[in-house]
Amino acid sequence: MTTELLTDITIFVLALLVGFEVISKVPATLHTPLMSAANSIHGIVLAGAMLIAVTANNALGYILAFVAAAFAAMNVVGGYVVTGRMLKMFHRARTPVPAGNSPAAVSGNGQAPAGSAPARGQGGQA
Amino acid sequence: MSAFDWITQLLYVAAATCFVLGLHLMNSPASARRGNQVSTAGMVLAVATTLALVIHAGTVSATGWIVMIAGALLGGGVGLYAARTVEMTAIPQLVSIFNAVGGGAAALVAIDDYVRLASGGVAESTTVTTILDVLIGAVTFSGSIIAAGKLQGLINGAPITFPGSRAANIAAAVIGIGGGIYLIATPSVVVLVIIILAALAFGVTMVLPIGGADMPVVISLLNAFTGTAVAMAGFVIGSWALIIAGALVGASGGILTKLMADAMNRSIRNIIVGGFGTGDTQAAVEGPGGDVRSIAADDAAIQLAYAQKVVIVPGYGLAAAQAQHQVAELAALLEERGVEVSYAIHPVAGRMPGHMNVLLAEANVPYPQLKEMDEINPEFPRTDVALVIGANDVTNPAARRPGNAVSGMPILDVDHAKSIIVIKRSMAHGYAGIDNELYVNPKTSMFFADAKSALTGLTAAVKTLVG
Repeated sequence: MTTELLTDITIFVLALLVGFEVISKVPATLHTPLMSAANSIHGIVLAGAMLIAVTANNALGYILAFVAAAFAAMNVVGGYVVTGRMLKMFHRARTPVPAGNSPAAVSGNGQAPAGSAPARGQGGQA
Repeated sequence: MSAFDWITQLLYVAAATCFVLGLHLMNSPASARRGNQVSTAGMVLAVATTLALVIHAGTVSATGWIVMIAGALLGGGVGLYAARTVEMTAIPQLVSIFNAVGGGAAALVAIDDYVRLASGGVAESTTVTTILDVLIGAVTFSGSIIAAGKLQGLINGAPITFPGSRAANIAAAVIGIGGGIYLIATPSVVVLVIIILAALAFGVTMVLPIGGADMPVVISLLNAFTGTAVAMAGFVIGSWALIIAGALVGASGGILTKLMADAMNRSIRNIIVGGFGTGDTQAAVEGPGGDVRSIAADDAAIQLAYAQKVVIVPGYGLAAAQAQHQVAELAALLEERGVEVSYAIHPVAGRMPGHMNVLLAEANVPYPQLKEMDEINPEFPRTDVALVIGANDVTNPAARRPGNAVSGMPILDVDHAKSIIVIKRSMAHGYAGIDNELYVNPKTSMFFADAKSALTGLTAAVKTLVG
């Protein structure tokens, strides 16, 4: 067993523990964006795909490098964009919707600055 | 270590730090967007550093550059297009596809490494992680594609079994593991191809028999697999950035798998071995019989409009009918009349963890109104009307009694509300395949309709009757 492998295992275990600690604090409301964000993070395998290209010198190597780069890039770009799209929709308060309240007009617009609007749903209980 | 190596390693540490901070910022919806940006910055840093490394190495051939850049542009373009155009109801499929390509890329990294080194003999420590990477990555790849196919409806969502499917699954596992052990001792590209095929077959035969209702668990589990595969790829190419990122994802997928399995009251093993109703279907347990009371839109609208507190319980039926905008519109109308409206979200409402929250957020529902199960359950006794839309098993009071398919499953205490309106197309069973006792509760009225048309009708009725 080499020192390098031992170091790698140490880093793996500690990162796993950090992951458990950080992720157990994410509320259920955000579990889908969380998984999508985690998804984009494992797109770092793109770095590995790029390193394949460094040593590729025959057809098989080039094919592997091409497919790996395509897969990983799809993972990274798609993951971050879709996570961003989802998170943009979470608002503390109902954002003003153009008159008519048409559902079609709801998607994708209106970015209320988080925390700037008063919390709703507090009254009417007493 | 040269100065260049030092700098690149430190940049990778910085990237890993960004990933951890990014995940940390996801602990609240208010900071989550910043979290995603921090994480993206970390990724840009990691890729830029790798690019610098590749250029510094100076060994990349012209073809190598073309192949790498063309692959990245193609993949990036497809990913961007898919991410921009996907419907929020289809997010689980997309996440599943991203799991597939992530796991696939990790497996390819290991395959390339092995093929290249096979001729010159492979160091033993590397071989173990290489084989693990190939196996886990290939299982994730095929399993995630099947999961995405089921979610998209291209493959029947019901548990699919065929004669000998269990045996095929076990055989694939044995060949994969046995071949892997053989490979550690004796490098052989032929055996490598065999274990890749075995791992792909294992992924397919693992996910096919799993039913649609168990998808939240399956996606989480495959997510954990992808993370592990990427971490193994990090071992193979000696990259701490990959090891850390992979471990973080593995932890995330692991936690979500556990949470989903708990929310469905099932062990992970039980889910993998077979879905509801595949074998040991017991005779339906006779619930307390009773008459079903149906209600029309006008009466339901009056009940809702004159309530003080309404809790909406959305289930998959709401998502399937794409009625999240209609429910938000009704809720907004009720709020204008001073009714207190909140949403009770069961952990498995939807097709992946937290899916329902995203659908409602898309429909412009403020997230403070989205209540988790533990938070909302104590509020049901002072709820005037619980409006159940397309949710079934997660509201069945039979779960509190032993001896039936949902026993012990954590449920929303909808039956504690003063009155209950259930919007449902028919009296059909949920995934557990048993009668829902909530429907025969004297406090319950059934509104038989499709979620979308029912909600549109209710909104119109509230407007005309009391608006």
